[in-house]
Amino acid sequence: MIELGKYAGTVLAAYGVSILLLIGIVWQTLAANARARRELEKHEKHG
Amino acid sequence: MLALLKRDLTLATRAGGGFGLAVAFFLILCALVPFGVGPDSEALRPIAPGILWVGALLSSLLSLDRIFALDHEDGSLDLLATAPIPLEGVVAVKAFAHWITTGLPLVVAAPVFGLLLHLPGEAVFWLILSLLIGTPALSMLGAFGAGVTVGLRRGGLLLSLLVLPLYIPTLIFGTEVTRRGAEAADPFTPMLFLGGITAGVLALVPFAAAAALRVNLR
Amino acid sequence: MSIWEYANPVKFMRVSGAVLPWLVATAVICTTGGVAWGFLTPEDYRQGSTVKIVFLHVPAAMMAINIWVMMLVASLIWLIRRHHVSALAAKAAAPVGAVMTLIALATGAIWGQPMWGTWWEWDPRLTSFLILLLFYIGYIALWSSIEDADSAADLTGVLCLVGSVFALLSRYAVMFWNQGLHQGASLSVAEGERMSAVYRYPLYLSMLGFLLLFLALVLIRTRTEIRRRRLAALQAREMRG
Repeated sequence: MIELGKYAGTVLAAYGVSILLLIGIVWQTLAANARARRELEKHEKHG
Repeated sequence: MLALLKRDLTLATRAGGGFGLAVAFFLILCALVPFGVGPDSEALRPIAPGILWVGALLSSLLSLDRIFALDHEDGSLDLLATAPIPLEGVVAVKAFAHWITTGLPLVVAAPVFGLLLHLPGEAVFWLILSLLIGTPALSMLGAFGAGVTVGLRRGGLLLSLLVLPLYIPTLIFGTEVTRRGAEAADPFTPMLFLGGITAGVLALVPFAAAAALRVNLR
Repeated sequence: MSIWEYANPVKFMRVSGAVLPWLVATAVICTTGGVAWGFLTPEDYRQGSTVKIVFLHVPAAMMAINIWVMMLVASLIWLIRRHHVSALAAKAAAPVGAVMTLIALATGAIWGQPMWGTWWEWDPRLTSFLILLLFYIGYIALWSSIEDADSAADLTGVLCLVGSVFALLSRYAVMFWNQGLHQGASLSVAEGERMSAVYRYPLYLSMLGFLLLFLALVLIRTRTEIRRRRLAALQAREMRG
């Protein structure tokens, strides 16, 4: 494990928050895209 | 155009027009701050210019949605859009009417409410002057926000969200003028910036507001 | 062939569909690589291990501004040339920009706590980022509250123009207060002020990664919007007959 010294909490918190936010926006993007694609395909098949 | 101005002023001052509500709201705001901060005059004095400016900002926000909403509901906005005067002119007149009914009373009331907040005497002149220069920009930017949100059902909250960030430069320079006036420092530099912003807003924003109105009337 | 051909939604869908797998792959590699490399850099003699935060903070801050500029350009293209894809791309970019602004603010606050001894300071740079966040929120809120798609695109476009002017104005207005605590540009060209190579290369990689990540996200989100638009059009056609 890499040594972070006395600022370990600070560094980990910054990385944690940023990675969470990035994962959040990526997840939201992918989920919305998948939903739109599914609905469109369903509609084109039946309609 | 004069007829339009007269009509808007009559509508605003008539019963139910909401005239004076902004000043009442301003008074409540200024009275609430000491309840929150405490009655210590030493604590109130340095923040008085900021409170008065923020109060003026929020009070002028109150009646913004009325600039176009009522005319939009009864269809007279469509008539105004097809009238021989350009829509930019209509926007400017309506913003001016809003300023007379909201901005001007605030300017008059501000020094009185300044007493409640222990505003230093030297600052009163600069407070009036900065409000006089700054509030027309607030009304014009508000007309832009009202033009953007005129067709929306729950436009009121959105209007505040859109307009308040646009008020930031005016607020910064307005308080700076008053603060420097209170400290007997040089208030002319921020004053020039404040005037510049107002002039720029008055010259350019009517076009943006008219463009937004045209979209909403389509 | 002109660049405007990509403004055709069908063509946009085809080309973006072909590009996306490669873009996503490189974006993931560069972002994780840059951030991980940054995490493993040695400690700075003044800042200790907190120097590692720079590899998140600077790319996010850079993207926060550039995304707004991209939205401004896309809005202008929509307002002038009426290309639907352009308006949708501006809409797609806004949430990503808001998240980037949030990351820049959050990492800055976390870094500032031990370094400046405060989470927040009304410093010009910090304040202008907060204002930028407000503009992002207003822009997104306006998009989501107008039902008619073309009116929404027009109004948000106008708001983006006016907002850009005022964001810039506010930026210079807050400089009026003081010069601030925030250090100058991280990537100064002047020799001597420059960061050492140990930090510079991971930073470049991380910036590239954030840029590619943004491009990938915007392409995906624009495709989502186009699909939604198409679905709505199909449903409207069926309703009619």
